Amino acid sequence: MTPGQPVRFFQVGSFAAGNRLLAPEMRTVQSDATRANSLTSGHRACQGCGEALGARYVLDTAMRATGGRLIAVNATGCLEVFTTPYPETSWRVPWLHSLFANAASVATGVAATLDAQGRNEVRVLAQAGDGGTVDIGFAALSGLFERNDDVLYVCYDNQAYMNTGVQRSGATPPAARTATTEALGPEPGNPFGQGKNLPLIAMAHNIPYVATATVAELHDLEAKVLKAMTMHGARYLHVLVPCPLGWGSAPAATIELARLAKESGLFAVFEAERGEVTASSSIRHQVPVEAYLRPQSRYRHLFDDTGAVLRPDIVGRLQALADANIARFDLLKSAS
Amino acid sequence: MLRQIEGSQAVARVVAACRPQVVCAYPITPQTHIVEAIGAMVKSGELPGCRFINVESEFSALSVAIGASATGARAYTATASQGLLFMMEALYNAAGLGLPIVMTLANRAVGAPINIWNDHSDAMAARDAGWIQLFAESNQEAADLHAQAFRLAEEVSLPVMVCMDGFVLTHAVERVDVVTREQIDAFLPPYEPRQVLDPSAPVTIGAMVGPEAFEEVRYLDHARHLDALGSIEAIAEEFAEVVGRPCGGLLSPYRTQDAELIVVALGSVLGTIHEVVDEARDRGARVGALGITTFRPFPLDAVRDALGGDARLLVVEKAFSSGFGGVLSTDIAMAVEGAPSRISTVVGGLGGRAITETSLRRVIDDALEGRLERLEFLDLDRGAVEAELARMAANRRSGPVAENMLRSLSASARRTGGGRP
Repeated sequence: MTPGQPVRFFQVGSFAAGNRLLAPEMRTVQSDATRANSLTSGHRACQGCGEALGARYVLDTAMRATGGRLIAVNATGCLEVFTTPYPETSWRVPWLHSLFANAASVATGVAATLDAQGRNEVRVLAQAGDGGTVDIGFAALSGLFERNDDVLYVCYDNQAYMNTGVQRSGATPPAARTATTEALGPEPGNPFGQGKNLPLIAMAHNIPYVATATVAELHDLEAKVLKAMTMHGARYLHVLVPCPLGWGSAPAATIELARLAKESGLFAVFEAERGEVTASSSIRHQVPVEAYLRPQSRYRHLFDDTGAVLRPDIVGRLQALADANIARFDLLKSAS
Repeated sequence: MLRQIEGSQAVARVVAACRPQVVCAYPITPQTHIVEAIGAMVKSGELPGCRFINVESEFSALSVAIGASATGARAYTATASQGLLFMMEALYNAAGLGLPIVMTLANRAVGAPINIWNDHSDAMAARDAGWIQLFAESNQEAADLHAQAFRLAEEVSLPVMVCMDGFVLTHAVERVDVVTREQIDAFLPPYEPRQVLDPSAPVTIGAMVGPEAFEEVRYLDHARHLDALGSIEAIAEEFAEVVGRPCGGLLSPYRTQDAELIVVALGSVLGTIHEVVDEARDRGARVGALGITTFRPFPLDAVRDALGGDARLLVVEKAFSSGFGGVLSTDIAMAVEGAPSRISTVVGGLGGRAITETSLRRVIDDALEGRLERLEFLDLDRGAVEAELARMAANRRSGPVAENMLRSLSASARRTGGGRP
């Protein structure tokens, strides 16, 4: 690779993204043999867990950014349960789990203490699932944003309460089947509501940095963590993490589904600073939403056995949501 | 230093003298004056090295304290009533994690009906949350107990709740000898956490524990509480040496020698009880009082020693368990052999109703003459209760009880030209 040459993380005609074509300093943190392994092997996540993957990349990157001076606070949820079954722990960072709804406030207490003790070189990262973020932990998170406390808060969004057995959360998309929004009746699955878009709500607090990412683009995820750690104040990172159990998808399809969520426009990948969108990731190969929906059994009621669309009305409404995202975040601009 | 000072201000000064590093606050009456005063001290620079965090709920207030304490800060917050219940989940969590947070509970009734005045139903709701609960009899004691609370919490790695009666103490201006920073420094060593979030020695705090060890972890909590009984006494003695006056400890007995009736209570009502005891003694009646300063851990042995004779026991409680009766009475009964037959419970002072000397004198006389029921409600307006029961019997849609009660009381006030009898 010659200096100044723009880097594309995708090979022509494929989705393969790798490090081997890059100079060592441009490779992912995860590819570095000396990475922190903050969330180390042996944990009990399901095969294909998007959250475990996302958390590993996020934590190791934050560890590199801080030179290993990091404290992590965790809400109750899958990530907490599968990493700390007594008497084992997968965490190789100082890690505190208190409750489901209070990760943001606990992180505030950690940050306040570090500040009071003049240990400002140690940084704080809070992490939770979508239930712990958009529902039960929402008030505490909004308080953290409003006070602009020096915390990077990461939401691993798998779009339902997976730890308790796939119940609907405020982040569950319309039409998705969960254990509390069964695929029954004339409007099967989760009803169409207004949605609860936490990145936009975070932006409304005018905090220094808001970003979204998926586990399909791990260079991008790492870059956003690195960027967030160059800043101070409240920062919010929302990572889409497919869940094979809850989505009814093959464990091997986790990365692909995360990519299709972005490529369909249903999940917008963007960055915002002080309430203004500063960048968005363009769709490379646009796909209709049904390409993303079809491999997931939580949307099985929208298709027949041959995979043909059974409910064009519902698929059409979902496509409209994707189209609105594409327009709002300018997702079909040519990649620069 | 002797001052004429509001209880809340005295507590704020003592807390500040203990040099907390993180204080978090959410407003709820009647604890607000305490955190307001600390906030002002942080802002003015009078309390350097402290971060004062305004949060969006009591649940978050205690959660901030949890994060702070686990990172090695001396952490403090205050609440009351609904606020305590709103932070209930975090209460159990702080205790389960063994974090030595100190909190003032400005005791206030719990709704519905909503009521901002004093009783002990908030503290009783948190009885089993794993916190040490100390009850202050006076503002002097409230102030002093806070200094002891930090020392105690950090020594035994448990959170401590200092209970002081809302308004009766928090808003009362009286003479208090406020311990100085120098006295605190001689008494309270720097906080040395048993567990701390430190990147140079990473630990996992708050791991999931299944049936294989949960009971053991919970038992250790109990064991720490039992250890705390000894610490409480030792710390009270040491405090007395530093400041030159006694304060705190497990119990405060008052003229219990040879008593044939001992009145047992928590908190500020003990002041009134002492007055009535003195009067009774002057009349030749052998009456004494026992204040429970340490309610959790409950000092079973000390209570047994203090109430060990065959005196009749009158437990005056500002809270009760609906469908059952007294809460403190149950603990007293556990401590004392053959107690149930000699215990009477009087529930009073609910929602801020004054427990007057006159009323106390009457129940003490009744108790001395064996006329007291096992459970009585002090100064209960039987007429109002009967009227509402009759209304409910007559009409399925009898409406909200509290509103009916207010309406009937205002009607009777109009008839009699005065307030509640």
